[in-house]
Amino acid sequence: MLQPVPSVLYFVLSGALFTIGAIGVLIRRNGIIVFMCIELMLNGVNLAFIAAGDMLNSIDGVIFVFFIMTVAAAEAAIGLAIFVLLFRLKGTINVDEINLLKG
Amino acid sequence: MNGLSFINPLFQWAVFLVASLLSLFCALMMITRRNPIHAALWLIVAFFNLAVIYLTLHAQFIAVAQVIVYAGAIMMLIVFVIMLIHLESDIVYAGRLSGAKIIGAFITVILFLEIGAAIYSSGGAPVKAAAAPAGAAQDSVVRVGTALYGKYLFPFEIASILLLIGIVGAVVLSRRRND
Repeated sequence: MLQPVPSVLYFVLSGALFTIGAIGVLIRRNGIIVFMCIELMLNGVNLAFIAAGDMLNSIDGVIFVFFIMTVAAAEAAIGLAIFVLLFRLKGTINVDEINLLKG
Repeated sequence: MNGLSFINPLFQWAVFLVASLLSLFCALMMITRRNPIHAALWLIVAFFNLAVIYLTLHAQFIAVAQVIVYAGAIMMLIVFVIMLIHLESDIVYAGRLSGAKIIGAFITVILFLEIGAAIYSSGGAPVKAAAAPAGAAQDSVVRVGTALYGKYLFPFEIASILLLIGIVGAVVLSRRRND
């Protein structure tokens, strides 16, 4: 009889997705792609919450993911508005060239 | 391990392997594409694969919310903003591979090894799972709703205020000033 997929594999997948997102944040210079990489990192964390909730037979993991999705939606609205504003102001969204707060 | 074992293990393995490998592949394609639209489309595919993985973890509500909120709403916003913003100069920049990028990627691999060490050190300990309530397998969405409107009612209301702040903030920020 084949065993069900162990939770460890889900955690490893979650860590791998988080790491790929972090690599993307470090190597890409386009602001919107950096933003998408942060969304990918959030999804990696969500997967860890869901896998732990399933492993413990608890519904709390799903509730946490629900609130993370709410925050991600608000963050997307505000963050993309800031990108549009920056593009209007500076004509670029390359994160290396955005230094408005530099003294 | 899974109290709700109404999914055939062979089927679960097959779905998990296909969806996880595809999501990793799509994530790698996302961070390497030069054109931001291509990156966004690969990320949408990765989100769909994650929704499939949530289904194998008995989280039907989150799987549907993933498709609607992430693959639908958030990625639609991102694609719209990519189309609003003129990006040709950034496409030229993307190809360079500098030393800082290589060092950054190397440090991130160390981060992954740390996560792996944490999983490895916690994976050996047996976890005592609570007994599943009767009929829980069929009523996952009912359980989510009961928890959300019962135990977590106050955070739920706070989340609605957060979304309202998000709407107002986006409108205020992107308004064109008449000066």
